[in-house]
Amino acid sequence: MSGTAVVEKKERVSVPFDYNKYLRPNKLPHIWCPGCGHGIVLKAMLRAIDKTGFSKDEICMISGIGCSSRTPGYVDFNTMHTLHGRALSFATGVKFANPRLKVIVVTGDGDALAIGGNHFIHTCRRNIDMTVVVMTNATYGMTGGQYSPTSPLETVATTSRYGNIEPPFDTCEMAKAAGASFVARGTAYHTLELEKTLHDAIMHKGTSVVDVIDACPTYFGRANKFKSTTHLMDVVEKDGTVNVKQADKLPPEKLEGKFLRGLLHKVDRPEYCEQYENLVMEKAKAK
Amino acid sequence: MAERKKKLLQGNDACVEGALYAGCRFYAGYPITPSTEIAEGMSVRLPKLGGKFIQMEDEIASIAAAIGASLTGLKSLTATSGPGLSLKQECIGYACLTEVPLVIVNVMRGGPSTGYPTGPSQSDLMAAKWGAHGDHPAISLAPQSVQEILTETVRAFNLAERFRTPVMVLYDEIVGHMREPITLPLPGELEVIDRAKAACRPEEYFPYDDRYEVAPLAPFGAGYRFHVTGLNHKQDGFPTNDSNIIRANNERIMNKIENHKDEICLNEAIDLDDAEIAVVAIGSTARSARYAVKEARAAGIKAGLLRPITMWPFPDKAVKELGSRVKAIIVPELNLGQMVHEVERCSKKAQVTGIHRVDGEPITPAQILEAIRKHK
Ligand SMILES: Cc1ncc(C[n+]2csc(CCOP(=O)(O)OP(=O)(O)O)c2C)c(N)n1
Ligand code: SF4
Ligand SMILES: [Mg+2]
Repeated sequence: MSGTAVVEKKERVSVPFDYNKYLRPNKLPHIWCPGCGHGIVLKAMLRAIDKTGFSKDEICMISGIGCSSRTPGYVDFNTMHTLHGRALSFATGVKFANPRLKVIVVTGDGDALAIGGNHFIHTCRRNIDMTVVVMTNATYGMTGGQYSPTSPLETVATTSRYGNIEPPFDTCEMAKAAGASFVARGTAYHTLELEKTLHDAIMHKGTSVVDVIDACPTYFGRANKFKSTTHLMDVVEKDGTVNVKQADKLPPEKLEGKFLRGLLHKVDRPEYCEQYENLVMEKAKAK
Repeated sequence: MAERKKKLLQGNDACVEGALYAGCRFYAGYPITPSTEIAEGMSVRLPKLGGKFIQMEDEIASIAAAIGASLTGLKSLTATSGPGLSLKQECIGYACLTEVPLVIVNVMRGGPSTGYPTGPSQSDLMAAKWGAHGDHPAISLAPQSVQEILTETVRAFNLAERFRTPVMVLYDEIVGHMREPITLPLPGELEVIDRAKAACRPEEYFPYDDRYEVAPLAPFGAGYRFHVTGLNHKQDGFPTNDSNIIRANNERIMNKIENHKDEICLNEAIDLDDAEIAVVAIGSTARSARYAVKEARAAGIKAGLLRPITMWPFPDKAVKELGSRVKAIIVPELNLGQMVHEVERCSKKAQVTGIHRVDGEPITPAQILEAIRKHK
């Protein structure tokens, strides 16, 4: 080992992050399989939340149903594990009823985009202040690996043994088109970048959507003949994505079939709860 | 003392008055005939009171939002009719198991499916009780007049808060759309119940504390950080596979209603003391029955009326007692036979006959009188 390498290593050492500050340690171990990306996303999220400065009492984390949606059970906030597809509707009620709460929705690609697709677009349209973290593993992990609305064409799942013929959604394009005022993408592979993206999303006022590409080695990985979790992450998350800042410098052929990472869309748009207070309540009281 | 205000109101407007009187400060809904006036009324009134109104993208989202709002401590309402009720069922089960107070209004129209949107019906009686998968508790109140819609809506909120459970106000299109002069109650005149507040320290708080039959529910954001899930859970709110806990909790959410039936069941009895023929009816049908009973009495027939104001839990006790001493019970209802089976179940002795109508027209006093005469 060379001297410089040692110095580099030393400089990198920092105080280890105390995840237990935000976890409910007696609710562990979690249900996730070894190699599942959901845990990496959770860790990045906790580091991001720590940097936002919000107290645990202020945060309300809400999910639907799925492996990803088990997240709230492990964290020490006001937490709600709701019904498949409906997390955003419950969250809208919580946020609108008590706008002082910082609402974070944790959902899966099936939860948010299939059964919950209508709630997804309407939440974005309202631009109600909440952060929506979609864990996109291109499958229904919880029910055993069926194809989802983000499964790429021709991939194999327990319900697409001959290859998927349904074109997948681009979650970010849809969120943007529906009116979300902050849209970004990250992956479980780029965990530090993800932490920053999640932080910025939580600090944003309005609906912020973060599509997080993470892997389900158990179902998507095995069915599609990936040799290992790292192989799956390398292909889908590392090589399958490009940071939006580097994308400008790359020729179009290098971007083909790749998802862009980082902040993809941010606009200032009136937030729902504020509009209600400033316009509806004011006018109603004056009448 | 201040004067009570008199108003000429439609049933659905009275529901708005009742909800606001009870302290409702959150409404989420999706328009559907014949319940839409409730949403319209709430959208005008709530923002004046600092309350929240939102029109969601469908009925599922509406009830889900109302449950979420209730968890922050606001008394919450959603209103709908037939097709919307079908959509709300999964969330009704969720509110039952998570024990979140909530009021659901179902203004009944003809079904199944889109059915007869503007026609009156009483065909959701069984849906009100059984409409959600799994065993779950049900409370439904069945007002018959505009004034009673107001008072029963207040009572629905009280029961929801008292028992931490969804409560349905169930009335047919006729009662929902008819206009009657009513008296608005003064503040303090009707009892208003709020959910029990958590008094312990946050570290000691359990959302389903098993020392209580109905545990206090702390609002989200007040320092009591707890977990809510639609999975079978322990007293701390977290999922469990422990079969003893699952059984005990499933039984408790049923028993907390079952054990307090006397407190929940409310009936009106008309001319029943010496009756030989009884009519059991709710809502607009009870109004026709009242008239028929009066006519029968005038003709010298000993007829009477039992009107369940609480539809669920069903007034087993009152019907059993009645069934043991009258010759016949007539059950007119705007469906093809729902309440009649409940009456049959409770009254083993008396002969039970149904009058059923599903053509979108009300059951007339003449129809009921004819049936009474047949049994004379
Ligand atoms: C109404 C309803 N339909 C179906 C299911 C079964 N179900 C549970 S989780 C799930 C899919 C979850 O997929 P996703 O949201 O992508 O989460 P993941 O498990 O992949 O993290 C399904 C179909 C359900 N619980 N409720
Ligand atoms: S099945 Fe897939 S998504 Fe679910 S925990 Fe396992 S790896 Fe994760
Ligand atoms: Mg998934």
